[in-house]
Amino acid sequence: MKGISRRKFLAATVLGSAATVLTSTDKALGLNNFEGYPEGMGVLVDLTRCVGCRSCEAACNKEQGLPAPDLPFDDPSVFDETFHHGSQKRRTDENAYTVVNRYDPDDGGQPVYRKIQCNHCNEPACLTSCFVNAYTKTREGAVIYDSTVCVGCRTCMVACPFRIPAYSYSSALHPQIRKCIFCYDTRLRYGDPPACVETCPQEVLTFGHRRNLIKIAHERIRRHPAKYIDYVYGEEEVGGTGWMYLSSVPFEQVGFDTTLQKEPILNNAREFLATVPMVLAIWPALFMGFHILSAQKHRDGDDNDPGRDQEGDEK
Amino acid sequence: MNTKWCRIMGIAAALLVMMLAATFAQAVNVPSTIILDSLSRLYEEVKFDHEMHIDLTDDCADCHHHTTGTGTTNRECAQCHSDSEGTSAVACGACHLEQPFSAQSIMEKEQNSDLYHIDKPGLKAVFHLNCLKCHEEAGGPAGCQDCHERTETGHAFYDSGRYAPAGKKQGSDH
Ligand code: SF4
Ligand code: SF4
Repeated sequence: MKGISRRKFLAATVLGSAATVLTSTDKALGLNNFEGYPEGMGVLVDLTRCVGCRSCEAACNKEQGLPAPDLPFDDPSVFDETFHHGSQKRRTDENAYTVVNRYDPDDGGQPVYRKIQCNHCNEPACLTSCFVNAYTKTREGAVIYDSTVCVGCRTCMVACPFRIPAYSYSSALHPQIRKCIFCYDTRLRYGDPPACVETCPQEVLTFGHRRNLIKIAHERIRRHPAKYIDYVYGEEEVGGTGWMYLSSVPFEQVGFDTTLQKEPILNNAREFLATVPMVLAIWPALFMGFHILSAQKHRDGDDNDPGRDQEGDEK
Repeated sequence: MNTKWCRIMGIAAALLVMMLAATFAQAVNVPSTIILDSLSRLYEEVKFDHEMHIDLTDDCADCHHHTTGTGTTNRECAQCHSDSEGTSAVACGACHLEQPFSAQSIMEKEQNSDLYHIDKPGLKAVFHLNCLKCHEEAGGPAGCQDCHERTETGHAFYDSGRYAPAGKKQGSDH
């Protein structure tokens, strides 16, 4: 109970500072949304089934009206692309809300493919860290955003434990957040499964109520104990995520950050909250800085934040 | 002489009836080719050579698991399906849904609180999971386009073929 009231207090603080300074009260969320919804939907991603066909990437690209890719969606050479001297595999960005990467497990077995996208946390760090309340956790389980209120401060990008939010710099005056929205606008809100889920030939992606997916995940492990690692990634990480994962190889070998806390990131967000007044005070200068940065920046293909080089290095 | 002749005729007739019945059963219940065209927007239809796959396997249950319409011997399945409707279904699509995640399917699943098979893969998934597993083990064709020739729309979907990004190399199979 203590935790909850502290959360509410912190939430109120965010709302308070944002509302006072930016008067964006009409866009403010119901901040009691934090606990996640019992009826929320999710996706169980079973890595043991993925064949790396990248159909999910193609489906997302078309569904979300994203720009044409650099290479066809059936080109497996993208799996060899690395960045930062090989330490970084492909990441989601403003042109690709989901990407599939290939990993070669330590035991020398078959390669494992892993699709990444927003995990649609129950208590999203992006949401709690955003001081203009651009984010909403919908009843259906999607973490969506209103890019018209986004001021491009990049706080959510730093706050996200999975490093998902990216920025679109197509408008230098108004850089905007971009990420997977669980196909909320076109599908989820009508009860339909996301485009990637529908396309996947292998049913790597099982769509359903999050509470049922947890049962299904544990049942798969129970029935095939030799096949699966006895762990459902995302069941508890950072307070639970809508998208959860099963794997046959240790999660840390396939790019998952296994050091994440079980509690929602809100606790860490406190550090951000403390800096909010400072951010607001130096706002004009800061904004100008982002501007210059974005104007100068040439897309290097994977990383919007030069400060974070190593995969999985942050706690 | 007459009786003997009658008996021979009788046996011959019985044999003929059995043969006919067998052929009939083959023709009616066991299709030699199955056309898979539910993804025809993106891919040309797939002509699944059922007959050839029957020849390749000793046991129909390799694919049709507990049943080919004759009940089940699997102890686990038999707990519920020794004499239930489910076992009379042979076609994959009789149990495995074409739209496993549609709002309708999800709602029906929610309403059936006794549902045991909470993790039943959809039709597309069972084809791929079953086919690919075996094809990889047995050295059968395993690339996407080995079975799925793309339509124009399919090429547009994958940004492949004449839709491939200009100046970049063509996508390969799979
Ligand atoms: S849920 Fe929709 S937006 Fe998210 S990765 Fe899948 S297709 Fe893309
Ligand atoms: S569509 Fe399915 S099998 Fe293909 S890469 Fe995506 S998750 Fe893997």
